[in-house]
Amino acid sequence: MGRASLTGVHVASLSLTDYRSYAGVDLMLEPGPTAFVGPNGQGKTNLVEALGYLATHSSHRVATDAPLVRHGAQRAVIRSVVVKDDRRALIELEINPGRANRARVNRSPVPRPRDALGLLRTVLFAPEDLALVKGDPSERRRFVDELLVARAPRLAGVRADYDRVLKQRNALLRTIAASGGGRRRGARRQDEEAGFAAAGAGDVLATLEIWDAHLVRHGAELTAARLELVDALRPMAAKAYATLAPSSGLADLDYRCSADEGKLSTDIPQLGITREDIAERLRAALAEVRRTELARGVTLIGPHRDDLQLRLGELPARGYASHGESWSFALALRLAAYDLLRSDGGDPVLILDDVFAELDDQRRRRLTEIVAPAEQVLITAAVAGDVPPELAGARFDVTEGTVTRVR
Amino acid sequence: MYEGVVQNLIDELGLLPGVGPKSAQRIAFHVLAADPADVKRLAHALLEVKEKVRFCRICGNVAAEDECRICRDPRRDPQVICVVEESKDVVAIEKTREFRGRYHVLGGAISPIDGIGPDDLKIRELMARLADGQVTELILATDPNLEGEATATYLARLVKPMGLKVTRLASGLPVGGDLEYADEVTLGRAFEGRRLLDV
Repeated sequence: MGRASLTGVHVASLSLTDYRSYAGVDLMLEPGPTAFVGPNGQGKTNLVEALGYLATHSSHRVATDAPLVRHGAQRAVIRSVVVKDDRRALIELEINPGRANRARVNRSPVPRPRDALGLLRTVLFAPEDLALVKGDPSERRRFVDELLVARAPRLAGVRADYDRVLKQRNALLRTIAASGGGRRRGARRQDEEAGFAAAGAGDVLATLEIWDAHLVRHGAELTAARLELVDALRPMAAKAYATLAPSSGLADLDYRCSADEGKLSTDIPQLGITREDIAERLRAALAEVRRTELARGVTLIGPHRDDLQLRLGELPARGYASHGESWSFALALRLAAYDLLRSDGGDPVLILDDVFAELDDQRRRRLTEIVAPAEQVLITAAVAGDVPPELAGARFDVTEGTVTRVR
Repeated sequence: MYEGVVQNLIDELGLLPGVGPKSAQRIAFHVLAADPADVKRLAHALLEVKEKVRFCRICGNVAAEDECRICRDPRRDPQVICVVEESKDVVAIEKTREFRGRYHVLGGAISPIDGIGPDDLKIRELMARLADGQVTELILATDPNLEGEATATYLARLVKPMGLKVTRLASGLPVGGDLEYADEVTLGRAFEGRRLLDV
């Protein structure tokens, strides 16, 4: 297999309680390739989805947690022993839809679930990845943010803070829009409070400025982190795409900021853009759209409106790339993420959910070459023939929610 | 479901903060089994608190009379006002015995999601207190979360033209703890707020 030594991370066991279709399942896993084979709808994706959830605290298939809990149960539990450099860590995550999840590491509760992030890192390939190329910008933002958090779990906090500011600011803008715009309300208040000059001059607008300041602060930090990430990802994605589809054009990434219509692209980190520069642009852009925001009641500028543009040659991939090119691009993004995580030290666990069946021979062969040396590869497939022979290793058959080791 | 009166009690208890259906049931059955005199005392205390407790006309803190104990105390420094969100924050700061000035209780923090703007807080009252120029320092002791920070920034901007000293409570490392256990945000704040060591 060409694995000289184990340098990365692998999953040694996985147990699920009340997760999706499983009331309970316990699996022992080992380094190298492992295939889960069974007809569709029998629960193989649920197994790898659970591992992906453990690594990112979100599912690659659904946006909310409720479907992850077995029908009739209150909560789902994912337990896994993760081995890194011969050290074993037991991670337990309790999924409570509608409430905060709880996590334990080596039987000790951690204060916040996100403190358990970073112990297990995965890169998950799935048919859903096609949405990275063909879907809305939110799909690509999610891709970038998940990778950010996998590399620096601290950024989960920055993202949460940003989302909170955004909610508060949107709530305020909605109130202003509903009351007929800040200008009129401010004027009325001034009349009411004659002789109370300090608070009079439209205090609705004064509070908006405070939310602006917070939005700019957290937004600049998130944007700076994303720009840096995309800058590192760019050559890796280009290389992976060239390997998968050598006859196609050059793949490139470009981070487009809502703050200045894309002028703040990934070329800029090399020119030494700082977080303060980004903050400056956000502030200026907010001032420009103020009137529109007040009328529409929603925040129009910030990392929540940015996009990661994918280009093939001179054309944007979205709308121009063929189905095959789109697939290659999606795979290239995941492979770039894998490369990037590896360059930080430690192989992440690779998960290939139903991917090989979607690929033609050439791409299947090239993907196999790239993933074969990984420390651990988990593969799901409807039929055993979909698993390339180079990736033959342990095998589990999954039928009607029962998982049986056959090899 | 229990007999009407028992279920009523459980329902009422369940409305209290931090009390779920299971706890409400446990408390209800505790009350059923308790000595009638004890229950009367509890009922009396509940009624009395609503009848007698008022909010201080000056600072908004809970008070038994028109003005609270702290505002009536002539030994408290009238030049310094410490602004907090809730009365329970006053209690927390009083426990330190470090602060000898007076308080102002806002009654919450700015939070558009909950429909709370500056008008819904006791900010007008605060501005009125500052108007006579006797106060020289305003200490902003709102919670160190997003809403508390927003409220503090708002107040700081509002009083800036008055030219008084405005300070914010420091955020940072817990005393007696280990550096390694501090979360990144707190540690980052501690770095931001580091100060010159005078030796």
